[in-house]
Amino acid sequence: MTAPADVFTAVQSQFPAASARPTLDHPAINVPMADAVAVLTNLRDTQAFDFLVDVTAVDWGVEATPRFSVVWHLLSTTKHNYVRVVAACVSDTEPVAPTISHLWAGANWHERETFDLLGVRFEGHPDLRRILMWDGYPHHPLRKDFPLAGIDTPLPDLEVGELTKATAAPAPMMGGPFVASVGEMNMTDAEPSAKDESWNERSNKPAAL
Amino acid sequence: MPTDYAFPDSAAKAAAATEAPEFQTEKMSLAMGPSHPSTHGVLRLSLELDGEIVTKCDPVLGYLHRGDEKIAENMTYNQFVPYTDRLDYLAPLANNAAYAIAVEKLANLTVPPRCQAIRVITSEMARISAHLLGLGAYGIDVGAWSVFLYSFTEREKLYKLFEDLTGARFTTSYSRIGGLARDVPEGWNANVDAFCDQFLPILEEILKLLTRNKIFMDRTIGVGVISKEDAIGYGLTGPNLRGSGVDFDLRKAKPYSGYEQYEFDIPVGSKGDCYDRYLCRGEEMRQSVRIIKQAIKNFPGGDWYAKDAVRIFAPRKEKVLTSMEELINNFMIVTEGPQMPAGEVYFEAENPKGALGFFIVSKGGGVPYRLKIRGPSFCNLSILPKVCQGNLVSDVVSILGSLDFVMGECDR
Repeated sequence: MTAPADVFTAVQSQFPAASARPTLDHPAINVPMADAVAVLTNLRDTQAFDFLVDVTAVDWGVEATPRFSVVWHLLSTTKHNYVRVVAACVSDTEPVAPTISHLWAGANWHERETFDLLGVRFEGHPDLRRILMWDGYPHHPLRKDFPLAGIDTPLPDLEVGELTKATAAPAPMMGGPFVASVGEMNMTDAEPSAKDESWNERSNKPAAL
Repeated sequence: MPTDYAFPDSAAKAAAATEAPEFQTEKMSLAMGPSHPSTHGVLRLSLELDGEIVTKCDPVLGYLHRGDEKIAENMTYNQFVPYTDRLDYLAPLANNAAYAIAVEKLANLTVPPRCQAIRVITSEMARISAHLLGLGAYGIDVGAWSVFLYSFTEREKLYKLFEDLTGARFTTSYSRIGGLARDVPEGWNANVDAFCDQFLPILEEILKLLTRNKIFMDRTIGVGVISKEDAIGYGLTGPNLRGSGVDFDLRKAKPYSGYEQYEFDIPVGSKGDCYDRYLCRGEEMRQSVRIIKQAIKNFPGGDWYAKDAVRIFAPRKEKVLTSMEELINNFMIVTEGPQMPAGEVYFEAENPKGALGFFIVSKGGGVPYRLKIRGPSFCNLSILPKVCQGNLVSDVVSILGSLDFVMGECDR
């Protein structure tokens, strides 16, 4: 199923570079990043897509080119339909997208979140700070090259970190439902509840207990 | 402790100080939260005050960030159901249903009417339970303790029904892709119906404690007014959007799970102040009871899971134990996940707090490639800097309570 003709053709008649995007539900449009703001403004002003549902991005993998796509979902509160607009970021290492926070005030936080978790920089954003991770956090956790357990990072409060020598350590992965293979580990290391080292498969049962 | 902020009007302050040193004023920074009773969870508001007036409000989020979207990319679709309990943890049944419908949309799968009806009943019960907590907590925020006691008594009855249905009071994990964890137990519908009958008069009693309460009215009427344009511009959804006079409810606008069969009204506010948002929630509970009663009256028979979706919904236990094919099938669904086609879908459901959306990018197989959760509370809170500015500090408490947010889905 591709985009129903009306939304897409109306966009394409003004933006010939736009193309239909494969979708399983709502009409979806691929646009070049340079046209994105114009297309979104056009959708809002001429097609009654007055409600910005969501701004996010997708990391297509470290090897993929283009690596990042920014996705906007719009909704019409009068015509009750959705549209998905997708634009690929030109740079794979320094992904950049234009801000639409001047069109919808709600885009402000969505763009901050996308910057925080995926590292897409929104140009022209009035206040592009991290929103969910702490200020000064060095990584973008939703990128595909970021491990699920996390990366050893200094604590948010550097003074505490200096005093305690503690860091924000990766989460213990063993025992979680998302562990596919335990690798070289033996049962004792894999099972957090079995930490009695006096008797396991490495050291035999003591002769006299 | 070094101060890492500067008074924004230090130049003006210095100028004023040289002219009339005895009248000098300065703005004060105040951290409200993250463990403040009125910030319901772990939200911190970094306030800048001029006396009692809020001149700047900067919400600081992320204290409850668990990386749900990252986790979703690393597990099968069914394994993620318990994580949806913890989004809006006041309405887990509604989250379960919304997530399952989103994934079923990806699979282009329609569940039988009985399953849809059960999801409607449970979602509306979750709405009542979430709104009861919202009202109770709001009452406490503005100094009306007794509402909380009445509403929590009713919530307890709902939790008993949730426990009968799912085995858990709080973290229900009731949905599966293509169906439910189990069918409704014998006599459960009658219990729900009886709850509704006794609940309506009590609801009126609870609302009576607030609706014409002079103190409550003074604290809420005309406070935190959100215009229609702002409500849409900031992406507000749910009772917060409708309180501002926008007649938009996904259950009516984009009916899902058979909502088009039921007769119910959408309450809409006129001024967009805290009081209107409260009134909308109160009325929504009456409408939810209406929907539940209709759904129970016309409760469909037949299957409660999609029987033909053999690669998606795990077979029943008795079949697994007797048939080799079903055993293999069960093993595949549990280990590799329900098999989905490649593609992209976005689905959002009208949850108690607003539109909870899931954007799923699938490359096929049993694990989503990317799962973006649109938490309604995240969007609802984004209007705080605008709506708090120029209000008294005590009004911030009132505004927070009226937005009825939950940090579990805001920080994800």
